[in-house]
Amino acid sequence: MSTTSMQAAIAPAALTSWYEASARTRVRLLLDPESFMEFVGPEKREVSPHLKVFDLPEQFDDGILVGHGSLGGSSVLIAAQEGSFMGGAFGEVHGAKLTGLLRAARDIGSMPVLILFDTGGVRLQEANAGELAIAEIMRAVIEARSAGAKVIGLIGGRAGCYGGGGLIAGCCSALAVSEQGRIAVSGPEVIETNRGVEEFDSRDRALVWRTMGGKHRRLLGAADAFVDDTIQAFRDAALVLLEQVGGFELSTLTNEQVRLEARLRDFGSCADAVDIWTAEGVADAGAVPALPVNQFIAVADHVRRISHDTR
Amino acid sequence: MEDFSLRHDARQPAGGARKMAIVGVVASGNLEVLVERVVPERECLVEIRTTAEGFGAVWNAVVADFVDRYSPGGLKFSINDGGARPDTVSLRLAQAVRLMEVEQ
Repeated sequence: MSTTSMQAAIAPAALTSWYEASARTRVRLLLDPESFMEFVGPEKREVSPHLKVFDLPEQFDDGILVGHGSLGGSSVLIAAQEGSFMGGAFGEVHGAKLTGLLRAARDIGSMPVLILFDTGGVRLQEANAGELAIAEIMRAVIEARSAGAKVIGLIGGRAGCYGGGGLIAGCCSALAVSEQGRIAVSGPEVIETNRGVEEFDSRDRALVWRTMGGKHRRLLGAADAFVDDTIQAFRDAALVLLEQVGGFELSTLTNEQVRLEARLRDFGSCADAVDIWTAEGVADAGAVPALPVNQFIAVADHVRRISHDTR
Repeated sequence: MEDFSLRHDARQPAGGARKMAIVGVVASGNLEVLVERVVPERECLVEIRTTAEGFGAVWNAVVADFVDRYSPGGLKFSINDGGARPDTVSLRLAQAVRLMEVEQ
């Protein structure tokens, strides 16, 4: 009967796919056992005020859980989006929960925040409220970082990290991504619709993955760590990044500007991700998409060491 | 959207001591069940919000069968349904009862 799901529920983090897990399973297995305490939990029934207008079903947590827990014995704040509910999209309540968590991090000043992104962007049924939420969250991320809190994004879910989610990810102190974790602002179909199929063919899945997928983001330096698709791998990466990430000063932003200008200068004329990997010095760039995780990490560490004085 | 609530008598109180649990997500063919230990221990309440209209008789049958099998006395189940099949509903309700028995 329900034995299979019960076994999955108690499976250790090393055996559980991040991509396939629900937001609640990710949080439970990422943090130290039994340490998660949820804020504004589902029993509060803080559902979207907009969905009923469209006769759409609500979810009791509006597709995101926020709370407090411990990671490796240290206190962390944590947010996790449920990509299966409306594509993990940001609505008014969903966004307000993340804004509130980040403002708590700003007020505390020393407690890091983990954001488990799994989102297609703004929930368009709540368009203006959702867009405002993105702006508020971006500001709240920067305020939290300015106050001394590290904000780490973990990306490897079904919905990827698109739209406003991609903008928020760009504001984080560091990102860990798996091969399945796509990071971008406009999605493949949006680009094709607006710029034509010659610009981007959304049905060319290999093109989509090598342009937006985790491997490319790691090789470009947009993601700081590349991990296997297990909850344990994300936990290990989060612990390492929390150690490595430096402070947030004006020099951090000027260094980041220099890094981005150099990236545009070096790769701006490349027509495809494979051209970029070749220009970076990857010996057999065409083989990158098929490389197993461990071999890819070795290649990535060889060609692009991550500098922690930027972002 | 259709809302209704079903109240049943239960033979005995549900096991465990946990106050609240949640299982499932609101997606196509899926549902979430929020379960809370908030009603008298010989009663069971199931509140349903569903996008699929006109299936009251099926919900009645599924919930009656569930109460008969698990006797979830003292529990209130709140369901947001995304058009789940009856077997998925039965599975989630059973998982919800089981979660209330797990130590927290």
